[in-house]
Amino acid sequence: MACKCDNEVCYAELDKFIAEGHYDDPDSLIQVLHHAQHLFGYLPREVQIYVAKKLDIPIAKVYGVVTFYTFFSETPRGENVIQVCLGTGCFVKGAAKVMESFENELKIKQGETTEDMQFTLSAVRCVGACALAPVVMINDKVYTHVDPSSVKRILEKYLISAAS
Amino acid sequence: MLNVIINGKTVEAEKGATILDVANEHGFKIPTLCHLNLHDMDYCNHPVACRVCMVEVDEGRGPILKPACDTYVSDGMKIETDSIKAITARRTVIELMLSNHPDDCLYCTRSTNCDLQNLAHTMGVRENRFQGKKSALGKDRSSKSIVKDLDKCVLCRRCESICSEVQTVNVYSPVHRGFDTVIGTAFQDSLHDTPCTFCGQCVSVCPTGALTEVSHVDRVWNKINDSETITIVQTAPAVRVAIAEEFGEAPGTISTGKMVAALKRMGFGYVFDTNWGADLTIMEEANEVVERLNKGTLPILTSCCPGWINFIEYQFPKLIDVPSTCKSPHEMQGAITKSYFAKKLNIDPEKIFVVSIMPCVAKKYEASREELSVDGLQDVDAVLTTRELAEMIKEAGINYVGLEEEEYDHPLGESTGAAAIFGATGGVLEAALRTAQGWLTDDKATNIDFKDVRGLEGIKEATIKINDLELKVAAASGLGNARKLLEKIESGENEYHVIEIMACPGGCVAGGGQPYNHGDRTIIEKRMKALYEIDSHKTLRESHKNPDIIKIYDEFLGKPGDHLSHKLLHTHYFNKTDIVK
Repeated sequence: MACKCDNEVCYAELDKFIAEGHYDDPDSLIQVLHHAQHLFGYLPREVQIYVAKKLDIPIAKVYGVVTFYTFFSETPRGENVIQVCLGTGCFVKGAAKVMESFENELKIKQGETTEDMQFTLSAVRCVGACALAPVVMINDKVYTHVDPSSVKRILEKYLISAAS
Repeated sequence: MLNVIINGKTVEAEKGATILDVANEHGFKIPTLCHLNLHDMDYCNHPVACRVCMVEVDEGRGPILKPACDTYVSDGMKIETDSIKAITARRTVIELMLSNHPDDCLYCTRSTNCDLQNLAHTMGVRENRFQGKKSALGKDRSSKSIVKDLDKCVLCRRCESICSEVQTVNVYSPVHRGFDTVIGTAFQDSLHDTPCTFCGQCVSVCPTGALTEVSHVDRVWNKINDSETITIVQTAPAVRVAIAEEFGEAPGTISTGKMVAALKRMGFGYVFDTNWGADLTIMEEANEVVERLNKGTLPILTSCCPGWINFIEYQFPKLIDVPSTCKSPHEMQGAITKSYFAKKLNIDPEKIFVVSIMPCVAKKYEASREELSVDGLQDVDAVLTTRELAEMIKEAGINYVGLEEEEYDHPLGESTGAAAIFGATGGVLEAALRTAQGWLTDDKATNIDFKDVRGLEGIKEATIKINDLELKVAAASGLGNARKLLEKIESGENEYHVIEIMACPGGCVAGGGQPYNHGDRTIIEKRMKALYEIDSHKTLRESHKNPDIIKIYDEFLGKPGDHLSHKLLHTHYFNKTDIVK
């Protein structure tokens, strides 16, 4: 999820997205931030200001939204983003232990990124799959009924693809 | 009309009204904290955030707790504002709020004047059952005007609403989430690095000590007591009609003479009147109006208000040549004090310490502007708000109400009625019109009252006929209203020649440094009325007739707009848009 393009291309892509989707109004903030994060990998100060001006929203408000949602990140994120659900359902099914297991395996804390920029570990509040708790999402893939002991195995696949 | 039953009493209520509205109307007091409705300036802070106004409501399905500020009445609704359940809920809410509030009331500037403290006291909170995590965000002391103490913030969002909706400056927003939520700036930048104009309206609506002015009290006491320093104080027009409130007098009480007496007792060397500086400002500004009228470079915008000047520098950099180049009255007065007056008394201007008593917090920032200086000496050295002066008078043990009235010192103490009304929206404009008319008609005009530009409305306009000239004028107060006029100027639709702008809605009588009004805007009206009363009682009501002003031009300055005037009394503005990065 790190920046996949150089800045100029990213801004041009973002402009295109806003123009084509008619997103140049304050109500489209979330969609635009979502796409901006997809393009840039994260939402640095400059991108937030750019979006604010483009959509005619006060910068403070944009920053408020970015800091409210755990999905949005102000710091560069790793190639793989791990989201451990800590919503009520997952929590009572032992999600805290799952999180701990990821922290131990990756040697980082919740909210941090590994030094090699391979993994970012974050918490989410409910992904809407409580029947399958505890749930973990890695990038777009959903892992269900995750047991702390299965964390190592799940990660292996990503470590291999990173090495190749 | 609907019928609702409040505490067993049936009362009539309008459809669409909230329980809070109806209860207030019928004398049932429900406490509030975040809620603030200031009708005359289209301000309604209604986040339903604090839940202090909980009442028990029964609409036929048994009583449940609801917030009075956001529950709309229905026919037959039974409301209990004082049931044990409602009172307990309120108390719990306050206890929870206090569980994350510093326990330093003893040292807090807002102590005895704090809505939260007052609420906790009236609700009988004598201990707190909840001990939990406390935020430790510290203070933002970066700006020259406003101190922000986020640990004292109760998330009522009043500051955010007034900054965004009324002033359209948009500095604040809730940032982060849950326990970590703060009403912060973009990227949590310090206020100094935001487009904050320091108008101080956020300070005036803040219910706690989260937003206060940067204090100059200790600095001023030290200077007063320094035998090497000559302290010279000056008082803004709007202070004299507000300060008595701090001593229990009715709003609108005029206490000019007592204020002067108090300042003398405190030990200031000379007590001058910024109203004199206001008269001087009018000479320079009216001259500029006439000059620009001849050159065809109107419109002209007034430049007395530092909050407004900050606003144009941040938000409308293309228009920075439009405001008058006149310094604001207290800056002019400071410059004259350190030149003309110093020379008269044969004192070294470096030994003079000029203190301005202002209804304003932006004036603190203004006084620190490097360009507002002459030969390396700042025009003004310290600025005290009306509140700070009251604090010092109390500290010195002066019985303000019992003081015998005293007169300002000369020669910078005499002023006209035109200067008095500077403190109200429209006043500077009216004062400038009086003098411009006087000059253009050789003082033959009989009417000098321009009543169309008086009052609390946000934008007032009038067409003034002087000889064959039709001057279109407007006065705006509140930065949202200023924005409307500026956008017109920028797009070329503007039809006005002279425009007065004040950052605070209502003008300086409602300044960010005035005694807290706790949401009662009738207080602002009374202060405003008092200013016009001062004006009406003056024999001289046009700035150009002030004998001491005539004298200073004869003896020292030459003519308005001359070389020396330019050096001492005029300034320039900057494009500050790069702040927003």
